[in-house]
Amino acid sequence: MSILAAGSVAPNFSLPSTPDQRVSLADFRGQVVVLAFYPADWSPVCGDQMALYNEMLGEFRKQKAQLLGVSVDGVWCHAAFSGDRKLHFPLLADFEPKGAVARQYGVYRESEGVTERALFVIDAEGIIRWSYLSPIGVNPGADGIFDALDTLPAKGSRP
Amino acid sequence: MTLRPPVSDHDHAAGHADAPLTLVEYGDYQCPHCAAADPVVRAVQKAFGKELRFVFRNFPLAEMHPAAEPAAEFAEGAAVQGKFWEAHDAIFAWSRRHGPESLGADAFDAIAKSLQLDGASLEADVSSHRYLERIRNDFNGGVRSGVNGTPSFFINGTRFDGAANVEELSEALRALL
Repeated sequence: MSILAAGSVAPNFSLPSTPDQRVSLADFRGQVVVLAFYPADWSPVCGDQMALYNEMLGEFRKQKAQLLGVSVDGVWCHAAFSGDRKLHFPLLADFEPKGAVARQYGVYRESEGVTERALFVIDAEGIIRWSYLSPIGVNPGADGIFDALDTLPAKGSRP
Repeated sequence: MTLRPPVSDHDHAAGHADAPLTLVEYGDYQCPHCAAADPVVRAVQKAFGKELRFVFRNFPLAEMHPAAEPAAEFAEGAAVQGKFWEAHDAIFAWSRRHGPESLGADAFDAIAKSLQLDGASLEADVSSHRYLERIRNDFNGGVRSGVNGTPSFFINGTRFDGAANVEELSEALRALL
């Protein structure tokens, strides 16, 4: 299965973000969600990529977009990684059944048992507006995300 | 990947505006790779002379490098005192000599003294975050241009994806002459 394309309905999911909390895509209905799949906590490229996104949380907030990171690492691994890198956004554990959400989005790598490095911008109605599959060793930066956010309808405050 | 916004009068630029080559660096003062790239840039500047204009834009990864943003604020303050490049070079030189983790208020004091800058006024610039907006604008422009880490270089507006050494940078620059 290939990566879900723009126009597809974003499959809902509910994944643990900490040992005692879960995050569902449906929690963010009415808000734009940026979903960043990455292969692994601690690997050098992922670290840089998540560190970069961490610096841009203010910009994401301005665009009223919620950033979520997803990998197959478990919650304790995420907690250690997130603490070490001082990340201020949720990292979700697609850990059990392993990679189930990544498979639904078409971004699971069977051969290595990790998720692809892939980005999705999901609009307030839960429709994928942009998706991007990055070469796994390349930090895709964030220019594509912001270009996609720019094309979304004006984000006025909701009544 | 294209540079947005393009180089303008607001940038810190060394060299002539009508030079045929413009090298833009997005850098973080507390990043060890940027400190290592600093002498590389100077060697390239020397080799290309008047043909090259060099522009430095701020890209502090502030959560990872707590002194990166204050260092950028210090350099911006020094710019207003007419010594941007002196401060820029001195910060990277400090980082290479004492390690990037040693950057902080004491380092800035020492650098201000050695460059005969008005230290009290610089301290106020840093603590009042007077130049932070400019720094964040640099950062956001970098994100929009596809900067994904530091240092990131652009040559005449296009991202340079080679290794940050004299050979590869020179080759890419020479190809455009």
